[in-house]
Amino acid sequence: MDFNFTEDQTMLRDSIARYLQDRYDFDTRRKVVASESGWRPEVWKAFAEELGILGAPFSEEHGGFGGGAIENMIVMEEVGKALVIEPYLSTVVIGGGFAKHSGFAGASDLIGGIIGGETIIAFAYAEPQGRYNLADLKTTAKKDGAGYTLTGHKAVVWGAPWATHYIVTARTGGSQKETSGVGVFLVEASASGITRRDYPTVDGSRASEIQFDNTPGILIADDAYGLVEQVTDEAIAALCAEAVGVQRKLHEGTLDYTKQRKQFGAPIASFQVLQHRMVDMFMNLEQSVSMTYMATLKLGEDAEERGKAVSSAKVHIGRANKFLGQNAIQLHGGMGMTDELAIGHYFKRATMIEGLFGSVDHHLKRYETLSFGKAA
Amino acid sequence: MNLDFAPEDVAFRDEVRTFIAENYPAELRGKQDEGEEMSKEDFLSWHKILAKKGWVAPSWPKALGGTGWTPTQKYIWSEEQARADTIPILPFGINMVSPVIYTFGTDEQKKKFLPATYNGEIWWCQGYSEPGAGSDLAGLSTRAERITGDDGKEYYLVNGQKTWTTLAQHADWGFFLVRTDPTAKKQEGISFLLIDMKTPGITVRPLITIDGAHEVNEVFLENVKVPVENRIFDENKGWTAAKFLLAHERSGIAGVARSKRGIERLRGIASTQPGDDGEPLLSDPMFKRKVAELEIDLTALEYTELRTLAGEAQGKGPGVESSLLKIKGTEIGQRLTDLVLEAAGHYGAPYFRGFPKEGGNALPIGPDFAARAAPTYFNMRKTSIFGGSNEIQRNIIAKMVLGL
Repeated sequence: MDFNFTEDQTMLRDSIARYLQDRYDFDTRRKVVASESGWRPEVWKAFAEELGILGAPFSEEHGGFGGGAIENMIVMEEVGKALVIEPYLSTVVIGGGFAKHSGFAGASDLIGGIIGGETIIAFAYAEPQGRYNLADLKTTAKKDGAGYTLTGHKAVVWGAPWATHYIVTARTGGSQKETSGVGVFLVEASASGITRRDYPTVDGSRASEIQFDNTPGILIADDAYGLVEQVTDEAIAALCAEAVGVQRKLHEGTLDYTKQRKQFGAPIASFQVLQHRMVDMFMNLEQSVSMTYMATLKLGEDAEERGKAVSSAKVHIGRANKFLGQNAIQLHGGMGMTDELAIGHYFKRATMIEGLFGSVDHHLKRYETLSFGKAA
Repeated sequence: MNLDFAPEDVAFRDEVRTFIAENYPAELRGKQDEGEEMSKEDFLSWHKILAKKGWVAPSWPKALGGTGWTPTQKYIWSEEQARADTIPILPFGINMVSPVIYTFGTDEQKKKFLPATYNGEIWWCQGYSEPGAGSDLAGLSTRAERITGDDGKEYYLVNGQKTWTTLAQHADWGFFLVRTDPTAKKQEGISFLLIDMKTPGITVRPLITIDGAHEVNEVFLENVKVPVENRIFDENKGWTAAKFLLAHERSGIAGVARSKRGIERLRGIASTQPGDDGEPLLSDPMFKRKVAELEIDLTALEYTELRTLAGEAQGKGPGVESSLLKIKGTEIGQRLTDLVLEAAGHYGAPYFRGFPKEGGNALPIGPDFAARAAPTYFNMRKTSIFGGSNEIQRNIIAKMVLGL
């Protein structure tokens, strides 16, 4: 058993942490979030060229550094600490994941584009009617000569306004909620038949509703529900790592504030009722770290073990995000309610992570099904 | 013991229900349904209708414009307003400063402020909290010194800063706690001043909250001259008036009727929103269980409030139970918004402030309720902080009820 990071992994963490500390302060982020484009392409360029982190989880034969899920975890925790909005999760973890595991004809090119920073991916999987069910798809894919054409409405596609490509789930067969007949497609953002409606998200990112109407797409994998689950599990593990970064900031920020804030002639951190609350926050955080390691290390197991590990991590992280977020605000008092302080922005991101790729209830049910069987 | 309303109470309920149905402005209803931000005029339109009817200040003494309703009737009134989802009557004038004025004020002060407040001609804001005085309100440091003006009259010269001042951007007048004797023990050197918000030296600066709203403000006071006759009660005795007001602020904070209406709305949402299996979310045993638990907790709160009301009817004042009502009421209100956000699923993420939800014939962005779900959840976090944080309320119960 070994929970230590290698020297390379520690270097990776240090270099991204240093970059974000210098270039991604809270005030700068606020301005960027409010700007028209809502992100900084130059940060992405720096991720690719200056830091080289976009190649961290790819093998050397693909031009990467030979890392994997642990490297994603390291990067995502730093993403969480700085509330980075640039789409590492959808591009590197999800886009990269589909390319690696499917090995489709365009995989090498896609990975090359990701590592180089030219290819930015948004994952169009959710649909208005489907809630968190990955198989509930009305979007259809029809064979059209050598390729396919896609038609349907995709909901809340995070990062879509910045993407060069979408990875889209669509039915090549089967009925609306069946796990068979789920295909995964690569669609260029500039392709024909796309109507997009962009909007900000409550936590400072951007997303879109996308309507595809006979839009040409390249098949990444057919009958690929298992692959969709696998890559989504990898995304959830990475999202848990982001949550750990967010939780660290919620906890540290609250400790700092309560030590400084004086009422009744004493720092409010000296009141036992608040001390116990902060201890509970700390325990939630520590167990979030444990669950994130556990889930990340089990991503290579068979589908059932992997699913149980990831869902149990997401259940804990969902609850911990709520507890840490709500109490960080509570212990900051009125200051926690203001947009001027970073703490409220961490709370908002923590709240969004709760629902991303499935709520606590969703993952509890998935865990129950995997652990006790469908009949239970 | 008896849980039924008397026949005359049932008749009263019908009267109130009919009045609201026939008189509530349709335009206001439309704006509420669209989730639009309310203007000063919006807040005042319903206020003025109720003032005309004589129902805007049920708790005031009858001679001053109160309704003389029994506690049960007042309870029915608040239930019916919530049921019809009417815009709330802002508490600062009617429920907060007015009872202080009619309890501690001079006849002149009563004449000057009470009718105008009743009729919605004065919009009040509350100058209590300061950057350094929140839970420890008596630690406030805004200073008021007695001076003689060039006109030979006596004034207070006020300097300091107030914060979290709700809707001060609309206020005509504010009621402020200021320190008139910095040498006395902290509760003993405070005075209660009414300040015209148009007085030179007052600056109101918006504080934007995490839901993106402009609801609260910072108020800066720089050499603000306040005539001495605008002080309520004795100099250095303002804390007595402030404590009296805080008790009034807490009664009604349980928000039972509004939460009931909120649960009804949640049930409506969850019976149309799809769960993971495509069936309505309300048929998902896990979600249904949470709604059921919330309803049961609300019932416990409701009957606690009714017991308090019955006690009041027998002449027991609203006592420290108000801390219990505040804690449980705000917790329930917060859980409600949490469940609405959960019901929104993916569509909890889009953010529409300053961004038109209507996009012509473009793609729809989720169900209508979802647009306000996350901002409302964020905004409601304030309720366990303001009006004496829930931690402070627990201290009050520990000290005053348990005698610890």
